[in-house]
Amino acid sequence: MEEKNLICISCPIGCHMTVTLDNEEVSKVEGNTCKRGAAYAEKEITNPTRFVTSTVKVKNGQVERVSVKTELDIPKSKIFDVMKEINSVEVSAPVKMGDTIIENVAGTNVNIIATRSVK
Amino acid sequence: MKEYDIVVIGGGPAGLAAAYSAKENGIDNILIIERDNILGGILNQCIHNGFGLHVFKEELTGPEYAERYANLVEEKNIEYILNSMVLSVDENKVVTVMNEEDGIFEIQAKAVILAMGCRERSRGAINIPGYRPSGVFSAGMVQRLMNMEGYIPGKEVVIFGSGDIGLIMARRMALEGAKVKAVVERKPYSSGLQRNIVQCLDDYDIPLLYQHTVSKVVGKDRMEGVVLSKVDDKKQAIPGTEEFVSCDTLLLSVGLIPENEISRDLGVKMNRKTSGPIVGENLMTNVEGVFACGNVLHVHDLVDHVTMESNIAGKKAAEYIKMNKVDTSGKKIQLIPDKGVSYLVPDHINLSTLSDDVTVRFRVTDVYEGAYVDVNFDDELAIHRKKPFLAPGEMQEIKLKKDYILEHQNTDNITFKVEAK
Ligand SMILES: Cc1cc2nc3c(=O)[nH]c(=O)nc-3n(C[C@H](O)[C@H](O)[C@H](O)COP(=O)(O)OP(=O)(O)OC[C@H]3O[C@@H](n4cnc5c(N)ncnc54)[C@H](O)[C@@H]3O)c2cc1C
Ligand code: SF4
Repeated sequence: MEEKNLICISCPIGCHMTVTLDNEEVSKVEGNTCKRGAAYAEKEITNPTRFVTSTVKVKNGQVERVSVKTELDIPKSKIFDVMKEINSVEVSAPVKMGDTIIENVAGTNVNIIATRSVK
Repeated sequence: MKEYDIVVIGGGPAGLAAAYSAKENGIDNILIIERDNILGGILNQCIHNGFGLHVFKEELTGPEYAERYANLVEEKNIEYILNSMVLSVDENKVVTVMNEEDGIFEIQAKAVILAMGCRERSRGAINIPGYRPSGVFSAGMVQRLMNMEGYIPGKEVVIFGSGDIGLIMARRMALEGAKVKAVVERKPYSSGLQRNIVQCLDDYDIPLLYQHTVSKVVGKDRMEGVVLSKVDDKKQAIPGTEEFVSCDTLLLSVGLIPENEISRDLGVKMNRKTSGPIVGENLMTNVEGVFACGNVLHVHDLVDHVTMESNIAGKKAAEYIKMNKVDTSGKKIQLIPDKGVSYLVPDHINLSTLSDDVTVRFRVTDVYEGAYVDVNFDDELAIHRKKPFLAPGEMQEIKLKKDYILEHQNTDNITFKVEAK
């Protein structure tokens, strides 16, 4: 039995949680206010993931950059691969919020989508 | 002179929500005035996610939250003007505005909602010795440069201040390949959200140095580095603890101040702690028909709280227009921050204008674990709420029920205090 302290990052409240591990498996989560906390703890121990947000160059738009995000969370270990691909593309205006900018970024099966519109 | 029932100054999340809510409450003749070229305020540069969990029930990035709210305002056909700066408001609610097309012009309002947000404290405000080489920026300005204009200011960075903007920018610069050498914090705790320490610093192995300060900026034309020192309990640098750290960029994230020049000139009374207007439970200032919400009232960490607060300002401004007056003749109950509480918004409750439950927002003065927040109506303990974790960086909310307040009409003071374990 091993205990680990984690802070849930699923929402801004940031509950301090104590996770009990039994043979590297999560057997108990305490300190979470809602069930997303327990789900986060499970994932953080077995396969930590994060959302990545950044910007992509836009041609012929009213601004130089369009903000983007990974549509879902991606494995933490892939963050810099994802950034590399984000920084290698360029789009042309107009862009609509929600448009797909990169499909299957860095082989994660997750798309990069625009988070604002650019006229 | 053009006339409007309600003029909203600022088209950030506060102004948008206030205008939307006023419209929902039956007022049609509304104008939002925004000095930037886009609605949404500071959210447009906050490209990270973490917004909207309460209001939209999903986690959005800043620009998404802004665009969704701007779309709601468009759907309601609420009028707005961009690239237009409000210069002043006088006691007759004549709003003076300036823009490139029309020069300087005046607008007559019946009610005004102040929603100008806040701006960053500058380096001058904290007085670091040294020359003024290029490479010293405020964190929010770099956020705008990077996220809206695509410009990266440097490769080796030190960040002074561990509030959310400092933490978010540490990650942002690390993602773009910069080496973030340290985040430096004078206090023994961060004023940022816990989640941001985990996902912005720990994830990228960026050290957070508590009880340290930047005691000198080194370099004459271009920055060469900074000298860091440990600080004592009074936040003064301890001689002999100096350490040189080379870097080409220093980001200052040393706090935000509400933008209240217009409010002060109008005669709005200010709270010294929040640097924002003193308001009642209806979010009206001491000037009749002038309301305030969002970061201009007190600095918020969560846009969801801004939206909920601003909904109230819009609703109350709408009621004011419909009734053509505010009845403040009734009894006033004062809200008083006591031990462990640094401020309370609102400042008081007018029984004659009270129409809903009152959400009281506040900050605590220290970090507490396993403490209680006690709310007393004079000597009677009304609320004894357990709080597993309290920190100055995380705004707290406690709702006072309207019925309970009305049952305790004779109360003079409601005090909020932290009972530590
Ligand atoms: C760096 C940073 C990170 C943040 N991260 C998060 C987060 O992760 N999650 C979250 O929920 N919240 C976050 N917030 C908080 C949230 O974004 C703010 O609390 C919110 O934007 C405040 O809204 P506001 O409308 O009061 O102010 P603002 O967004 O600042 O809007 C004020 C508007 O008024 C305009 N204005 C000012 N003066 C005038 C004038 N004289 N005439 C005309 N227009 C004027 C300004 O141009 C601006 O558009 C963050 C804030 C910052 C600064
Ligand atoms: S456990 Fe629930 S309430 Fe606590 S931080 Fe996680 S998501 Fe938020």
